Amino acid sequence: MNLAVASHPGFLSPTGVEITFVLVGLITLGAALVTVTTKQLVHAALWLVVALGGLAVEYLLLTAEFIAWVQVLIYVGSVVVLLLFGLMMTKAPIGRSPDADSDNRWTALAVAVLAAATLVWVVVDAFRSTWVSLGGAAQGSTEVTGEFLFRQWVLPFEALSVLLLAALVGAIVLSRRDSRER
Amino acid sequence: MNPTLDMVLRAVGVLVVFMVLPLTVGQAEHKVMAHMQGRLGPMYAGGFHGWAQLVADGVKFVQKEDIVPTGADRRVFQLAPVVALLPYLVVLIAIPVGPHGFVGATVDAGLFFVLAMMGVGVLGSLMAGWASANKFSLLGALRSAAQLMAYELPMLLAAASVAMAAGTVSLPGLLSAFHWWWIPWQLVGGLVFFTAGLAELQRPPFDMPVADSEIIFGAYTEYTGLRFALFLLAEYAGIVVLCALTSVLYLGGWHGPWSGSVGWLWTLVKTGLLAFVVIWLRVSYPRLREDQLQKFAWTVLIPLSLLQIALTGIVKVVIS
Repeated sequence: MNLAVASHPGFLSPTGVEITFVLVGLITLGAALVTVTTKQLVHAALWLVVALGGLAVEYLLLTAEFIAWVQVLIYVGSVVVLLLFGLMMTKAPIGRSPDADSDNRWTALAVAVLAAATLVWVVVDAFRSTWVSLGGAAQGSTEVTGEFLFRQWVLPFEALSVLLLAALVGAIVLSRRDSRER
Repeated sequence: MNPTLDMVLRAVGVLVVFMVLPLTVGQAEHKVMAHMQGRLGPMYAGGFHGWAQLVADGVKFVQKEDIVPTGADRRVFQLAPVVALLPYLVVLIAIPVGPHGFVGATVDAGLFFVLAMMGVGVLGSLMAGWASANKFSLLGALRSAAQLMAYELPMLLAAASVAMAAGTVSLPGLLSAFHWWWIPWQLVGGLVFFTAGLAELQRPPFDMPVADSEIIFGAYTEYTGLRFALFLLAEYAGIVVLCALTSVLYLGGWHGPWSGSVGWLWTLVKTGLLAFVVIWLRVSYPRLREDQLQKFAWTVLIPLSLLQIALTGIVKVVIS
């Protein structure tokens, strides 16, 4: 994965894949913007589907096939369905909801910009001179991903799963109400 | 062969299968249900035992007026049938039919691809239910969402067991690692997968989201004409996909006597038999209640699939 900088093809002669990547990225960004600005609640959830799907396509273009399908499976297939389920439990009216606005939008914007800046900085710093060759064998295939995950990153992986388990137990404890308390 | 031509031919092949097999299953359902209930079923359309009944139905659906309710969210309402149908078409591309690359496209993480796409189809009925501006539709959509969340987990766990056994998540790879004794070994997983799949497709006995006697076809109440036909087609395409997947994952797909030459026939036969079971269940089982279904998923299917994973792990360690 770590080709020398000398064989860097440069940014000024984009290939088809790179152009597609940028276009899909723009669509994803647009969908994400509509998600947070639209006044129609369910539309926001559906635009989120477009944004998350676009992200999956980006993974696919970077040959990370496994990650792309997991993205679709978990986010589009489950998280958004859960979100829609929750929205339908509330009123979720058809048409605009005038009160679908928050007073702390500027704080939210500041946090979003800050988070984005941090992430971009970390990614750029970490993969400064790494170049993924898109033409050759897939570098993000299930086999490669699995080996990376379970040879080099086992500890963080396990720590994460303990964290998620704790969150799960916490959610059950919070949502459970004793019948005597009522 | 020219790679582009090869790709186009494969795509056309998948499209033809997508147009033919769901209709075959639909027609089989008409006839099988009729005979199980002591009727004849369609007998006139096309002459021989009413074989063209669904073609005639299709022509009828196309001629009907396409109505969008005034209060509905137009764009989402019109988009929903497509979202429900397309994933199944995409899934068919990755299902291997025979040995030696007899598959639409080899997807590296095929198992995940297939399961992910099948989950996306449910978004279609959610969109339809919400956009119809009808309380019955909304109830139907709520039920399908609840159902999906209960059933996706056991389905994934059961599929993970096969992937563990084969040591790969590519569907052709799974088949080339297959041995006959996998059938008893993965039996429990197979049953869980098939049951969960039925629930995901909202087929009887898990058809509360469309329960016609309580909530009048749920999310599809307001649909007419071609868009309604698309939802029906999605259901039958879903049966084809589920049966083909179950036969590939748990029954060995194209494996069987003379599989080198007639492997594709074995896949078709196994898929057909499973489709028959799906129809049979519709005729013979009463509909479960929503809470019974949830209970069944969380207290029976998930423990069973975890048990299957444990069994797979133990056997895998013992034989390696």
